[in-house]
Amino acid sequence: MRVRKLKEWLIEKSILLSGIFSIVFVLLIFLFLLREGLSLFRGESVIDFLIGKSWYPISDPPRFGILPLILGSLLVTLGAAAISVPIGIAAALYIAEIAPLRLREALKAGIELLAAIPSVVIGFIGMITLGPWIKNFFNIPTGLTALTGSVTLAFMAMPTIVSIAEDAITAVPRQYREAAIAMGATKWQTTWRIVARAARPGMLAAVMLGIGRVIGETMAVMMVTGNAAIIPSSFLQPVRTLTATIAAEMGESVQGGPHYAALFAIGIVLFVITFLINGVADLYLHRSRR
Amino acid sequence: MVDPAAKFFIRDFHVHYGPSSALRDLNLDIRPNEIFTVIGPANSGKTTFLHSLNRLIDLVPASRCRGEIRLDGIDIRQGLEIEALRRKVGIVFALPLPLPISIFENVVYGLRMQGIRDPRRLNEAVERSLSESYLWEEVKDRLRTPAMNLSGGQQQRLCMARILAGQPDVLLFDEPTSGLDPISTARIEETLLILKKKYTIVLVTNNVSQAARVGDRTAFFLMGDMIEVSDTGKMFTTPADKRTSDYITGKFG
Amino acid sequence: MNARLAQKIAFGVLLLATLLVVLPVLVILMIIVAKGASAISWDFLFSMPRDGMAAGGILPAILGTLYLVIGAIIFAVPLGVMAAIYLVEYSSDNRLSRLVKLSIVNLAGVPSVVYGLFGLGIFVTFFGFGASILSGSLTLGIMILPVIITSSREALESVPRHFRTVSLSLGASRWQTIRHSVLPHALPGILTGMILGLGRAAGETAPILFTVAAFYLPRLPQSVFDQTMALPYHLYVISTQVPGIAENVRYGTALVLLSLVLLLNLAAILIRSRFRRKKKW
Repeated sequence: MRVRKLKEWLIEKSILLSGIFSIVFVLLIFLFLLREGLSLFRGESVIDFLIGKSWYPISDPPRFGILPLILGSLLVTLGAAAISVPIGIAAALYIAEIAPLRLREALKAGIELLAAIPSVVIGFIGMITLGPWIKNFFNIPTGLTALTGSVTLAFMAMPTIVSIAEDAITAVPRQYREAAIAMGATKWQTTWRIVARAARPGMLAAVMLGIGRVIGETMAVMMVTGNAAIIPSSFLQPVRTLTATIAAEMGESVQGGPHYAALFAIGIVLFVITFLINGVADLYLHRSRR
Repeated sequence: MVDPAAKFFIRDFHVHYGPSSALRDLNLDIRPNEIFTVIGPANSGKTTFLHSLNRLIDLVPASRCRGEIRLDGIDIRQGLEIEALRRKVGIVFALPLPLPISIFENVVYGLRMQGIRDPRRLNEAVERSLSESYLWEEVKDRLRTPAMNLSGGQQQRLCMARILAGQPDVLLFDEPTSGLDPISTARIEETLLILKKKYTIVLVTNNVSQAARVGDRTAFFLMGDMIEVSDTGKMFTTPADKRTSDYITGKFG
Repeated sequence: MNARLAQKIAFGVLLLATLLVVLPVLVILMIIVAKGASAISWDFLFSMPRDGMAAGGILPAILGTLYLVIGAIIFAVPLGVMAAIYLVEYSSDNRLSRLVKLSIVNLAGVPSVVYGLFGLGIFVTFFGFGASILSGSLTLGIMILPVIITSSREALESVPRHFRTVSLSLGASRWQTIRHSVLPHALPGILTGMILGLGRAAGETAPILFTVAAFYLPRLPQSVFDQTMALPYHLYVISTQVPGIAENVRYGTALVLLSLVLLLNLAAILIRSRFRRKKKW
């Protein structure tokens, strides 16, 4: 009996510790990014890093301005959002409100499967099919451009947007719909004017989380955007994102050197951006659940 | 003064849920081997009172209790481990709540949690407790089948057997027949009258006539206060408080 | 234009959008199967690569992926399930539990390449494990922790409240109640989460780029401190950096990876829907 009480006490303490581990991991990630990345700023100012227009890490002397990378990420993300948000919300409305039950289950499963496709596979397909098509269609020197990246990444954002928006729409209480129908509204009017409006915080959260996913994407982006670390002037140019830079250049950097530190510093920037986006999205999700 | 003959000794007992008070200044003895019924309208504190006797009230996060409750003279908060208390004071809820396991496993659940594994003891406990709740004959051939397949009345008697298996001292019933048909209700009431010979029973009921049928003593609760308590016969014929007689005669409820 | 017509058009547009989201899965699948099936053979799946990847198979990549995801699960499942139990069964709505939930949301949102940096900084460098299966598994494990925690939480929360009340009222302790009246009924949901975590870990490239992956290793890894090949990294390298590889070999590799991941996810979806239909309460 004593032994059992002791065992239980140990188990319950471990459970409590496990809960705290998640906080520990977030802090650890941030800490280790800082540990390796802050050394860059002994020789370089933060402002020069953030808005410097030249990213020449292997030239002599090296230049570590990440503005082209930030703009690259921004361009691809905005493009992806422009495609995935309207389509994603529309699909969520269809699945939640209009699709018959059996079809809904099948569609939701299909979307889960789309979400599960590894990004390297999507990048592979984008590179081999979409790239050449864009090259021919627009008659440009290479098909690996920001546009290619946007379209490819849109397919990665859509499942996130659809499933979270769909949850938010389904959560709208039945009474809203019944009241509208009782007053003579058509199903579409009910869906668009009442339900969608009520689900707005949740849909907003869905969009933010989808965008968060896009910003954090690495492999697919690396394979389809051409990897040119220059400030883009149109969608039909190759660009380089923050994430692709880290993945592509880590191998050639010297451990402990300034290039290495710069890549970790980019990691800090990414961490902060996604931290903010996810934090705000979570706030909206809580508001929608209330 | 603690009455040595009292099963439950309750003094100056208060319960709060957050800022609002659910039970105020309760002073009460419950005697051994009686059926003590509690009547009153909704939100009168009946269930709060019942759940305080086996500290089920602790599960409500915002609850605060003040005052003294003694079982056989022992303080149920300081003097007794909570699991031991709940084995001595078993509860049957308003809705039949079998666990999604077999009939046999439902009945022996409490015993297994105590560490009792010996199949002979378990089998003996199952037969004894199912007989005491008058369910043995109906289920003895299908003890290993799911408890969820039983009818509502049978499930409720299973819940009784479940607490009887641990040989408790006190049985708490929270409106046990509110979800049952009149025939199942009558069978459960008959069983209560037989069980009181071995156990002390506290019965909360919405049904005033049920209290009149089975209760030895009855207490009337209203909005967190116990208005009066007396022998059932006396309460129903000559209640001391006007509110009691109004409730009993159905003027409000 | 009257309301009925507007509705027809609107519904049509919505259906179109839905198809746009869902059909690409099928299209991608068809392309990869069509062009990669010809590369699939016993030799391809079960033999070692030869001639710098010009011939032979991708066995070490398949095995490497297996080792990595198993390692990730070993790390993430006990920790994740216990964290979920903490959140659902033990915590009240106080600052600590809100912080824990926020941390989980943030872990879920960290970009995979940042996990790679983290793994590099802490496991490869700080702990000195070097580029190894150990470093890679631990990195992947932390990455899938939110998946495990979230699905375990849902599984635990779906167990009816009254199971706990009944168990406690019969004299069981809090842990006994969890172990006997809650966990067993949450197991299918937890299993689903585990499989989803497996699928996720199997497909990720960025976290293993700096922590374990190698392209062409002549032997299979002998211990957790060795590097290994892995399917996603392998696909990346042969499609972007190695010229002269037959097209069907590239598609074949993609097919193997995709099949693995989709089968795992399909299994999870099926288990989940069977569990929902078979619920005994």
